Amino acid sequence: MESVEFSRYLSMLTLSVHVVFATVGVGVPLFIMVAHWLGLKRNDDHYLLMAKRWAHGYVISVAVGVVTGTAIALQLALLWPRFMEFAGQLVALPLFMETFAFFFEAIFLGIYLYTWDRFKNPKHHFYLLAPVLIGGAMSALFITSVNAFMNTPQGFAVLNGELTNISPLLAMFNPAMPTKVAHVLTSAYMTAGFILASIAAFHLVKGNRHEYHRKGLALTMKVAFVFTIATALVGDLSGKFLAEYQPEKLAAAEWHFETEGEAPLVLFGVLTETNEVKYAIKIPYALSFLVHSNFTGEVTGLNDIPEEYHPPYIIHYFFDIMVSIGIGLMLLSLVYVIGLKFNWSIIRSKVFRWGLVASGPLAMVAIEAGWWFTELGRQPWIMRGYMTTAEGATTSPYVWAMFIAFAVLYFILMVGTIVVLTRMFRKNPVENEIEKIREKGSVAV
Amino acid sequence: MTIEILGISVLWLFLFGYVIVASIDFGAGFFNAQTLLTGKHHIVNTVIQRYLSPVWEITNVFLVFFFIGMVGFFPKTAYYFGTVLLIPISISIILLALRGSYYAFGTYGTKGHKGYTLMYGVTGVLIPASLTTALIVSQGGFIKETAAGTLELDYVALFTSPFAWSIIVLSLVSVLFISASFLAYYSSVAEDKGALKLFRKYTWIWSFPTLITALGIIIEMKWHNQDHFQGMLNLWWVFALSAIAFAVSLWFLKKARYGWSFIFVVLQFALAFYAYGVSRYPYLLYPNLTIYDSFTNETMAISLVVVFILGLMLLIPSLYLVFKLFIMNKPYIKKGV
Repeated sequence: MESVEFSRYLSMLTLSVHVVFATVGVGVPLFIMVAHWLGLKRNDDHYLLMAKRWAHGYVISVAVGVVTGTAIALQLALLWPRFMEFAGQLVALPLFMETFAFFFEAIFLGIYLYTWDRFKNPKHHFYLLAPVLIGGAMSALFITSVNAFMNTPQGFAVLNGELTNISPLLAMFNPAMPTKVAHVLTSAYMTAGFILASIAAFHLVKGNRHEYHRKGLALTMKVAFVFTIATALVGDLSGKFLAEYQPEKLAAAEWHFETEGEAPLVLFGVLTETNEVKYAIKIPYALSFLVHSNFTGEVTGLNDIPEEYHPPYIIHYFFDIMVSIGIGLMLLSLVYVIGLKFNWSIIRSKVFRWGLVASGPLAMVAIEAGWWFTELGRQPWIMRGYMTTAEGATTSPYVWAMFIAFAVLYFILMVGTIVVLTRMFRKNPVENEIEKIREKGSVAV
Repeated sequence: MTIEILGISVLWLFLFGYVIVASIDFGAGFFNAQTLLTGKHHIVNTVIQRYLSPVWEITNVFLVFFFIGMVGFFPKTAYYFGTVLLIPISISIILLALRGSYYAFGTYGTKGHKGYTLMYGVTGVLIPASLTTALIVSQGGFIKETAAGTLELDYVALFTSPFAWSIIVLSLVSVLFISASFLAYYSSVAEDKGALKLFRKYTWIWSFPTLITALGIIIEMKWHNQDHFQGMLNLWWVFALSAIAFAVSLWFLKKARYGWSFIFVVLQFALAFYAYGVSRYPYLLYPNLTIYDSFTNETMAISLVVVFILGLMLLIPSLYLVFKLFIMNKPYIKKGV
C-alpha cells in the first residue's frame, strides 16, 4: 500500500478519536452553564453540584481532546505537506484564530475549576463559564470553516500556476461554511445533552431514586430536544446546499444515478455490482422535495458526473445511520418532554429508560457517521476542484509505522479515559457529596 | 522592518514562550517523579501540584500556536519540515499525548497514582529531546534527496553527529535549570522551606552544565555551519550579555532573592535565544529555505498580524488573571492540596 492510503487511514483514525472529545468539549460547557445558573437562581445545591461534577468529568475529556487536537494539528503538515503548503496561504487565518479561541477557553476553564471557593460574589465565578462556552464554540466555528473551505474553495484565483487575488475572509466565509458550522454546533450540543442524559438515566435504571438524577435527566433531555430539532433543520439546509454545490456527494449518498425530476429518496438497501439498488425503502418525490422544496425539481445524478470524480458509494450507509439516529433521538426526546409535562408513566418504564441510556452513545455514533459521510464524500479531492488526495500526501515511506504507533496510543487513551471516568464517579457517588454539602454548608468546598 | 522579519520575530516569541512555560512544566514533572523515587516526594508535592493543576493545558497551546503561526506565515515550511520530520515529530506527539492525558488521569481521576507520576516525569524529559530534532534539522546537513527527487531525513548522520547530541543535552539541562529556578521562586512565595531548599540545590546543580554545553555548541558550530558561526561571532556581545545575566541570576540565588533570580534566568535565555535566532538569518532551513522565499502572500500576512494583535489584547489580560490568581497569589499557593 502507498503512503497516501496510510495517510488517509491515519488522518481518519486521529479525527475519529478527536471528534468524540471535541464534541463533548464544545457541547458540555453549555450544560454546565445551565446547571450552574439554575443552581444560583433557585438556590438549589443539586444543580450546583451537577455543574461541579460535570466540570470534573469534562476536564478529563478536555485533556484527551487537547492532546488529540495537537496530534491532528501537527499531522496536517506531517501527512499532507503539499496540501498545507498550498492551503496555508489561504486558510491560515481561521487556523490561527482557532488557536486563539482554544487558548481563551483553556485559560478560563483552568480558572473556573480552581476558583470554586474564591469569589465573594458567586456570580463572578459563574461568569467565568461564558468564555469557556464562547471559546469552545468559536474554535468549532473556525476549524469547521477550514474544513468547509476544502469542500468549496474560494477567495483566490490561480493564474499560470500562481495564486492571486487572495481574500482570507472570502476563503473563510465560503458557501459550505454556514450550514457546516451550524450543523456542527447544534449536533455537538445535542450529543452532549444525550450523553449527560445517558448517565442520569443509567443511575435511574439501576434503581437509584435520588432527586439529583431526576433533575439532571429532565434538564439535559429538554435542552437536547431543542437542539435535536435545530440539528434536523440545519441538516435539511445542508442537503439543499449539497445539491447546489457538491451534487456528486448528495447523489452518492442517495445512490441517485439518473438526473431526473420527481426523484425518490432512498433509505437503506444494498447496491448490486451493476449499480442497482435492492431492498431499499423508496419514498417517491421526497428527494426532489428535500432539495428544491417542490416535488418535481430536477436532481443531478451520478451518471452526469465523470466517473473519476465519484465519491465511494459506501457513504450512503453513513448517511442513513446519521439520519436514522437523528430522527430516532428526536422522537425519543419528544416523547420524554411531552411525557414529563403530562406525567406519563411510560417515561419511567425500564424499557424507555434503557432507551435513554442508549441515546448518548447513539448520538456519538451519528456524529462519527456524519463526519465519515462528509469526508469520504469529497473523495477523490482533498481540496475540491484543485488538489486530489494523492497530490497532497507525504512521500515518506514510514507512514504505516506511524499508523500502528498512533493506533496503540489512541487505544491506551480511550481505555484510560473510560477507566478513569467510571472510577472517579463510582468512588465518589452523588450521595456522598450531598452529605458533605450538608456538613459544610456549601458546594464550593 | 519588513513584514517577513515581523512575522519571524512574532513566531520566535511564541517559541520562546513555549520554551519557558514548557521547561517549567517538563522539569516540574521530572522533579516530581525523581523525588518519588528518592523518597523526598512529600517535600515538593504540594508546591508542584499547586502550580501545575490550573496551567498545564495552557502550555500545550503555546506549541500549537507556534506551529500554526509558522505554517501561516511560511507555508513552504509545512512541505519541508512536514516531509522530513514525520517520525521525530510523531514521537513527540505521542509522548505529549501520553503525558497530558496521564497528568489529567492522575490529578483529576485517581489521585496519587505512582505509575502516572512516573510516566509524567519520563515523558517530560523525552519530549524536549524529540522536539529539538526540528531545531537540529533546521541547521542543515541532515536532509538528503532521494533518487525520486523527494526529501528524507538522514538518520545515520543525525544519530552519529556530536553536534546534534550536544543540542539535545543542552535542551535537557536547560529544562531542568529553568524549572528548578522557577520552582525555587514558587516555593519561596509559598514559604515552603523544605521545597525551597531542594529546588535551590537543583538550580545550582543544573546551572553550570547549561552554560558549558551552550558554549560548546557555539564552538562546534564552527565545523558544522560556517555561515551560522560567523553570524554568531557578529553577535558576540549579546551572548556576552546573556552570560552576565546568568551570573546575576546566580548572585540573586545566593542572596535568596528568588523572584529576581528567575527573571534573570529568563533574561539569560531570551538573549541567547534571540541572538541564536538572529545569527541564522535569513535561513529557516539551511540552505533550502529562507524567510523570503517561503513567505506567505501579503494579504494573508497582514490579516494574520491584525488577528495576532487583536488576539493578544484578549490573551494578555487573561494570562494576567491566571498569573494573579495562581502564581502571584500567596493564599492560593500556601493552602495545601
